[in-house]
Amino acid sequence: MPIQYYITLSAILFCIGVTGVLTRRNAIIIFMCIELMLNSVNLLLVAFSKMPPVSKAVSAAATGADAQLFVFFIMVVAAAEVSVGLAIIVMMYRNVHSIDVNFLNRLKN
Amino acid sequence: MGQMNNLVYLVPLFPLLGFLVNGLFRNQLSKGLIGIIGSGSILLSFGVSIALFLQVKSGGAIPVHSLFTFIDVSPTFKIDFAFQVDQLSSLFLLVITGVGFLIHVYSTSYMHDEEVPHFARYFAYLNLFVFSMLLLVLGANYVIMFIGWEGVGLCSYLLIGFWFKNDNYNYAAKKAFIMNRIGDLGFLLAVFWLFEKLGTVNYSDVFANTNKLTQADITGITLLLFVGATGKSAQIPLYTWLPDAMAGPTPVSALIHAATMVTAGIYMIARSNILYTLAPFTQAVVAIIGLATAIFAASIALQQNDIKKVLAYSTVSQLGYMFLGLGVGSYTGAVFHVMTHAFFKACLFLGAGSVIHAMSGEQDIRKMGGLSKYMPITRITFLISCIAIAGIPPFAGFFSKDQILAAAKEVNPFFYYIGVGGALLTAFYMFRLYTMTFVGKFRGTHDQEHHLHESPMAITFPLIVLAILAAAGGLLGIPEAFAKNANWLESFLAPIFDGSTKLQKVHPSEGSNEIVLMAVTSVIIIAVSVWAYVKFKDYQTNEEEPTGFARILANKWYVDEIYDAVFVKPINAFAGFLKNVVEKSGIDGIVNGVGRLVQYSSRQMRLLQSGMVGSYILFMVLSIVVLFLIFWNQIQIVEFLQKVF
Amino acid sequence: MSIIEIFFWLLSGLAIFSAIMVLISKNPVHSVLWLIVVFFAISGHYILLNAQFLAIVNLIVYAGAIMVLFLFVIMLMNLNADADPQKNVWLKVIGIVTGGLLLTVLVSAVRSSNDLVNRSAELKTGSIGLIKSLGITLFNEYTVPFELSSILFLSAMVGAVVIGKKE
Repeated sequence: MPIQYYITLSAILFCIGVTGVLTRRNAIIIFMCIELMLNSVNLLLVAFSKMPPVSKAVSAAATGADAQLFVFFIMVVAAAEVSVGLAIIVMMYRNVHSIDVNFLNRLKN
Repeated sequence: MGQMNNLVYLVPLFPLLGFLVNGLFRNQLSKGLIGIIGSGSILLSFGVSIALFLQVKSGGAIPVHSLFTFIDVSPTFKIDFAFQVDQLSSLFLLVITGVGFLIHVYSTSYMHDEEVPHFARYFAYLNLFVFSMLLLVLGANYVIMFIGWEGVGLCSYLLIGFWFKNDNYNYAAKKAFIMNRIGDLGFLLAVFWLFEKLGTVNYSDVFANTNKLTQADITGITLLLFVGATGKSAQIPLYTWLPDAMAGPTPVSALIHAATMVTAGIYMIARSNILYTLAPFTQAVVAIIGLATAIFAASIALQQNDIKKVLAYSTVSQLGYMFLGLGVGSYTGAVFHVMTHAFFKACLFLGAGSVIHAMSGEQDIRKMGGLSKYMPITRITFLISCIAIAGIPPFAGFFSKDQILAAAKEVNPFFYYIGVGGALLTAFYMFRLYTMTFVGKFRGTHDQEHHLHESPMAITFPLIVLAILAAAGGLLGIPEAFAKNANWLESFLAPIFDGSTKLQKVHPSEGSNEIVLMAVTSVIIIAVSVWAYVKFKDYQTNEEEPTGFARILANKWYVDEIYDAVFVKPINAFAGFLKNVVEKSGIDGIVNGVGRLVQYSSRQMRLLQSGMVGSYILFMVLSIVVLFLIFWNQIQIVEFLQKVF
Repeated sequence: MSIIEIFFWLLSGLAIFSAIMVLISKNPVHSVLWLIVVFFAISGHYILLNAQFLAIVNLIVYAGAIMVLFLFVIMLMNLNADADPQKNVWLKVIGIVTGGLLLTVLVSAVRSSNDLVNRSAELKTGSIGLIKSLGITLFNEYTVPFELSSILFLSAMVGAVVIGKKE
């Protein structure tokens, strides 16, 4: 499968995530869109890991494994991030009784 | 010899020191001390000047001595702070310091009523004035001359506006300064032009390399220099400041008219005589302007009633004669007239000051009369000077004026006749002045009459000295017609005007003819003087306004009004336009507009900082897009976008 | 068109469609469910690429653990479609346009890049994605990061508890 297909697919998913972040005000949906973007990047990394290198000197197996382990670590970090992020959203809801991000405009002042 | 060479710098140094001491310690010193410092510094300069003069007289010009490098930009652009003492400048040194000293002595008495700080300020300015003039005369290049040139302009401003609480005086001071500046611009341009063409401003180099200049260059440079001279030496069209300069204390007028300032233009042209001789067109312009000024100012003087104004216009007129002399190539005659004029004009002004002093500040000659019995010394000296300026032999003015007129006759008889006519006018208004002041009945108030007295020693002493000089100064230059090689000045100054003399045609002097002419003109002048004396002997005050032509003369040909209408009013209107329209709505609009724009735009920009995370992300994404478009290969992206859409 | 390619297109379409559904669903619960579908589709892609380990981990971690966490939170807050805050229409349009612009730029960049011409990802083959080979690499070369990630989890757990705790 041409690599460009995968890149385009990832770009589409990523941009859907960006659009979601820009258009929605619900904190949880925004968070989910962020997860979507993370996943699109993961998909791209995996696709690249299966792309044979141009130079024969580099072993495809070694680089591919590195890339996939990178994805694995991203998942690890994402899991940690989600747990903390959701905790923050819960706390925010508890304080302002809303999950509308526009309530969080303290940066203004 | 070498020793004397090093003394040159002392001449301007003493007045400078006097200026600094008097200026800086004006609150500490007593009046006596101030007077001693002020006059003493000039006296010391005078002493050194005499020594220099004797040296020059016996051994010729002292070689140019550079004190330090004044401007050092590159090897080709280097101007030394150098002094040049030769026949011409040593003569001027004597006049400036000699007459200057007498005026200083006179001032100690004349200005005695001033408060101490102002008294000191006065002497400081006076010393600075003399210093500037000495610098002007001593400089070995045009740049040093220009420093002095500007210096005298500044000092004249300071001294004319000495009583700065009076607005009219300030106005006169400003007028003098601005008129001078107009001339100075011409001078400056001429110096630039010289430097551009020759790469040097040293007199010796410039005069040695005149052959490198084209005729157009020389004419342009000399004309521009002459513009400078018209400003400084009060010629048409820039002369109006000089009569107004009477606002200053009387000794200042004497200083300006006799020793410093107005003679600067003459000196400069005499110094550059080779350039002028090479530019016949400029010479013609100089002669015509000089002659026109001489007649014009003399005609105005006929109808003036202010004792100082009459003298002021007579100065303008006499300066016109000097320029006529320069214009017809009689440089010696011009310098000679500068000297004799310095003597009798200083004497006249100081005498006028003595009269004004006695009259408690009254300057209108219609309210004087019969002063001779109260002020014998003043009267005698004034009379001698009057005779001298009128040109009655054997007093000084006769010889110098005659030399100029004789030279003018060689060039163009027309010049001669007009010049003689001007001399008649001079005789008339001077004797009118003398007669109205000293002869007849006193026409002032009873209080003034009661108050009349002869002036103290400090005032009469300079008068006597100057009167002697005015009487005998003419002996320096006895015409060739009387005795061969009797003209001492001519031979003394010959090295300076050597180059010019060679270029000029040698005219055989018709000795007998000249003597006859002299005799005739002298008789006519004496007749006019007597007529004036008789006419005004029994002058009675009449309040009638002059009519007809006399009225035009009394109003000085309305020149001030014409200048006002032609130059001042339009400039004021233009300035008002700039102020009200361009400045207010244009410049202010731009400045305030920028401020308002920044305020407005920052108020709008502040709205971007909504504090909402969404908007920040939006901008971030947009920025990424923009960065992509900028840094990626734009052409391919554009091609792709064109394919897509 | 081989069966693999058919699968590729199917999974791609499914992923994009579900992602869009995540965006446009009013109800957050529906969004979560559509997101899970996206994750399944992506896992399908991993399997096509023969990255079996990641496919399984993706399912377990994302579709399983994380999305369940989301569901829990949503239900905890009792959110539904009515509670969903709505943005200004114009802001929505601007957001969509901006996202579209970014996509256009990215795609054009991909299309214009000469390095990517005739390069392809190998499907169905290769052993790097297998659990065994990845495990060997992980425990040989990435032992320290692996252990550090456990500390990360621990701190995240502590952080979540501290933040979520009632004062």
